[in-house]
Amino acid sequence: MGITREEVRHVAFLARLELTPEEEELYSEQLARIIDYMEKLKELDTTGIGPTTHPIPTPNPYREDKVQPSIPQEEALRNAPDKERGFFKVPRIIGEG
Amino acid sequence: MKPYSLTIHEAHRLLKDGELSPEELTRSVLERIDEVEERIKAFVTIDREGALKAAREAGERLKRDEGVTPLTGIPISIKDIFCTKGMETTCSSRILRGFVPPYDATVVKRLKEAGAVIVGKNNMDEFAMGSSTENSAFQITRNPWDLERVPGGSSGGSAAAVAIGESLASIGTDTGGSIRQPAALCGVVGLKPTYGRVSRYGMIAFASSLDQAGPITRDVEDAAILLGIIAGHDPLDSTSIDEPVPDYLEGIGRGVKGLKIGIPKEYFIEGMDKEVEEAVREAAKTLEKEGAVVEEVSLPHTEYAVATYYLVATAEASSNLARYDGVKYGYRVEDPENLLDMYCRTRDKGFGAEVKRRIMLGTYALSAGYYEAYYGKACQVRTLIKRDFEEAFGKVDIILTPTSPTPAFKVGEKIDDPLKMYLSDVFTIPCNLAGLPGLALPCGFTRGGLPIGMQFIGRALDEATILRAAYHYQSVTGWHLLKPSL
Amino acid sequence: MEFEAVIGLEIHAQLRTESKLFCGCSTRFGSEPNTQVCPVCLGMPGVLPVLNRRAVEYALKMALATGCRVNTNSRFARKNYFYPDLPKGYQISQYELPLAEKGEVLIEVEGRRKRVGITRIHLEEDAGKLVHGEGADSRYSFVDLNRAGVPLIEIVTEPDIRSPDEAVATLKALRDILLYLEICDCNMEEGSLRCDANVSVRPTGETTFGTKTEVKNMNSFRFLRNALEYEIKRQIEVIEEGGKVVQETRLWDPSRGVTVSMRGKEEAHDYRYFPEPDLLPVPVEEGWLEEIKGGLPELPAEKAERFVREYGLPPYDAGVLTASKHLALFFEECVRLYPKPKVVSNWIMSEVLKELNRENKDIKDSSLTPDLLASLLKLIDEGVISGKIGKTVFEEVYRTGKDPRKVVEEKGLVQIADRDALKGIVEEVLKTHPAQVEQYRKGKEGLIGFFVGQVMKKTQGRANPKVVNELLREALS
Repeated sequence: MGITREEVRHVAFLARLELTPEEEELYSEQLARIIDYMEKLKELDTTGIGPTTHPIPTPNPYREDKVQPSIPQEEALRNAPDKERGFFKVPRIIGEG
Repeated sequence: MKPYSLTIHEAHRLLKDGELSPEELTRSVLERIDEVEERIKAFVTIDREGALKAAREAGERLKRDEGVTPLTGIPISIKDIFCTKGMETTCSSRILRGFVPPYDATVVKRLKEAGAVIVGKNNMDEFAMGSSTENSAFQITRNPWDLERVPGGSSGGSAAAVAIGESLASIGTDTGGSIRQPAALCGVVGLKPTYGRVSRYGMIAFASSLDQAGPITRDVEDAAILLGIIAGHDPLDSTSIDEPVPDYLEGIGRGVKGLKIGIPKEYFIEGMDKEVEEAVREAAKTLEKEGAVVEEVSLPHTEYAVATYYLVATAEASSNLARYDGVKYGYRVEDPENLLDMYCRTRDKGFGAEVKRRIMLGTYALSAGYYEAYYGKACQVRTLIKRDFEEAFGKVDIILTPTSPTPAFKVGEKIDDPLKMYLSDVFTIPCNLAGLPGLALPCGFTRGGLPIGMQFIGRALDEATILRAAYHYQSVTGWHLLKPSL
Repeated sequence: MEFEAVIGLEIHAQLRTESKLFCGCSTRFGSEPNTQVCPVCLGMPGVLPVLNRRAVEYALKMALATGCRVNTNSRFARKNYFYPDLPKGYQISQYELPLAEKGEVLIEVEGRRKRVGITRIHLEEDAGKLVHGEGADSRYSFVDLNRAGVPLIEIVTEPDIRSPDEAVATLKALRDILLYLEICDCNMEEGSLRCDANVSVRPTGETTFGTKTEVKNMNSFRFLRNALEYEIKRQIEVIEEGGKVVQETRLWDPSRGVTVSMRGKEEAHDYRYFPEPDLLPVPVEEGWLEEIKGGLPELPAEKAERFVREYGLPPYDAGVLTASKHLALFFEECVRLYPKPKVVSNWIMSEVLKELNRENKDIKDSSLTPDLLASLLKLIDEGVISGKIGKTVFEEVYRTGKDPRKVVEEKGLVQIADRDALKGIVEEVLKTHPAQVEQYRKGKEGLIGFFVGQVMKKTQGRANPKVVNELLREALS
């Protein structure tokens, strides 16, 4: 099956990665080989087999609805690359979508 | 013997008896770091001041004999995947450079509460993605047994540091073998506990349904001690198991008489290193001689484990790594034109090649039209792999396998062939898929002097039995006592 | 050709929990930006979600109140997309196996009753808030994550709705239930209740669906109606002109009164849902469900039916009185103190609602109590004041919360029923209007009303109309 160059570009967009043409080339090739290998799973008949998404299933615990202290605004923003007046600051959404 | 080469339990005895102070021990470790770190490159952060301060506090604690644990005053290191309050945490990634968490991971909190001295944060493959520590954004860690070779990965910095004496023990994480494989390649002990045994809170996620923290130590006893401290239910991690933590040292010396050990026939594969195979088969004989019942078992879906793993792990990773977007913390590209440009260039520049490759693979596996064929299918095969183990554990108590098909390989040897690198995880991956505990320990050396590791796999939550088997094997062989010399 | 619209609603309701869905931060509205945040809702590395029990309980209440089937092992899933208000790069939501499925809600439009199916109700976390910069800051947006992680339920209806009126009625009915259950503030302006609609049209009689558009940004009942009316008309025009409706998301622009295509913005979305590995299936034990069921209040539709049955009210009145839980409670308490349901109902529907609507208030926030209204009505019955004066007294009572008896005393509004006292006034009125007296005597008996009015004017409405009538007829005969 493999993966086309177009698909690589689409997947990179979904993952918000701007690949250089060289990267695109390299990943197309490598991913094609890896995905080829994954095709191996199709040998197995899994009809009626339930999926495992948690290796050790336990009942999901609940938290009681109690307010815990938040962290100070200054601490919340400390690691931010850009901030202003208590907000995280980002470039405007143009061409986003 | 220099203090830095002590085990935790040896050092603990000396500290309790007042024959050694935590400060002396910590200084010895820091001096060792000064001596070898330039060649090994096992750390991304070294906290000399913090370590000495913690050592002095531990000294007080010992003097007052209040709340002393086997870890009080013991200098350890932790993989840079664990968030440490007020200390930079990078996951060896450019995208997290400079990130200072306002919280401690639960594991870190428990270590600190036990009085451990944290000397620094270990290098790793970026976001734990790799089997050689070559994928660190900052440096390549070297194998102390041969500086031309990799220490394994992703917890390569941890394993190398423990092997060479830059810390007495380390906490690593294991998603597909990242504790056990580097432990094997560096000739130390590595334990991946049952999924959910140790809290994942504050441990930076790679693949949430597979990740598990565990100790990397110089012997089995130390692994039992460390596990006892970090294990246990955590209300901050919904997937952590709410079961009491046993005393892992209790009964560790009961031997292997009558213990049923299964050897899966699928684990001795074409292309496997002959010396590794011989060493593991020899170990089986040794255990048999000690009274264990060794028999062949079958784990028929083993050959599908790598494909299954790399679909599940990358799918989860593609989502887990979406938060690194240049908004709240970490790296942001200079002068972005707009939001989309900021996202795409920040992530392209911030992540390394392997991380991007896996994000791409995982995104693909979840994308419209491919979900069922890849991610969905992998989750079903995961069920089959789990069932293989359930069936095998109906017959035997533990399973014995090699840890890695080969000993440490050369730096650069596999880096250009990701698939080849992935395939080398074949023996460690099934454990993570099934959530079972696995312990790697030394079982010999190649003629070239490289350590060989073997692996015990146990039933869910039955770390005690694999620790017991490993402890007995270690005490009748002594491979773990051999140390690298630089 | 005749067309009919096919509409389905997607409603997001913020749950009134104290803390967020997956962490302990407060859900309070209107705080300084990024002050109700912690590592978990900031999406910092390594943090994990822990589910708020009350959020599940509230969602279950809504599920049971709308007759849904509850999944006792529903699952959370990740919805993956990049946006600055979404700190983890995914929203924890539900996809396969939502908390509840297959319920219904009853609506009534122009006297016709109808069931609108509920496809599903699921739990999810809210995103943060994005403020777009203006002026010098117009190249930037600003992110506040206080709202990130606040619990929401998404209610998805079946495409059973056929008109904007039905859509409004459906949203109102669901809002009333949410308010009755006290699980959502339903403040559409603050965004605690939001509504999107899937709209398509087809020739009447056709059974297959046309191509639908998703209409967003309708944050009031009026906007919902206007947007749907516009969108239906637009789609019919497209088809009548030989075109095809394009499947897309459209934004309601209230200032221009049109829906605008967001084409290109949504197309590339592929949410890559998959089971949330950090949370296990949500356990709902039978006992818990029974307990919640037992604690459910009487819901608006049930209550309205009972009001018709028990108090003999017309269905319309019952519907008005039960739209608000507190108003219904107020009514019943009044009736207990003053057992004439229709009189109470009339007073509430005219005087009380007039005042409340003027101030855009709920009865529970006003100083009017059932006690006050009941004693006012008693004053009228006892003949202490007239019905007309009653309205004046009511305004004062509503405004001040004072005892009506006291208001009557203070303002000297006690009715004059004393024949001797009124006799003089009647004579005076007749004396000053000789022409009218003349006409009356010639047979224009309708003028009696005029004379009554004059007496009332002179007495500031305090005269007992019955006595005045008697005196007038005596004097004029």
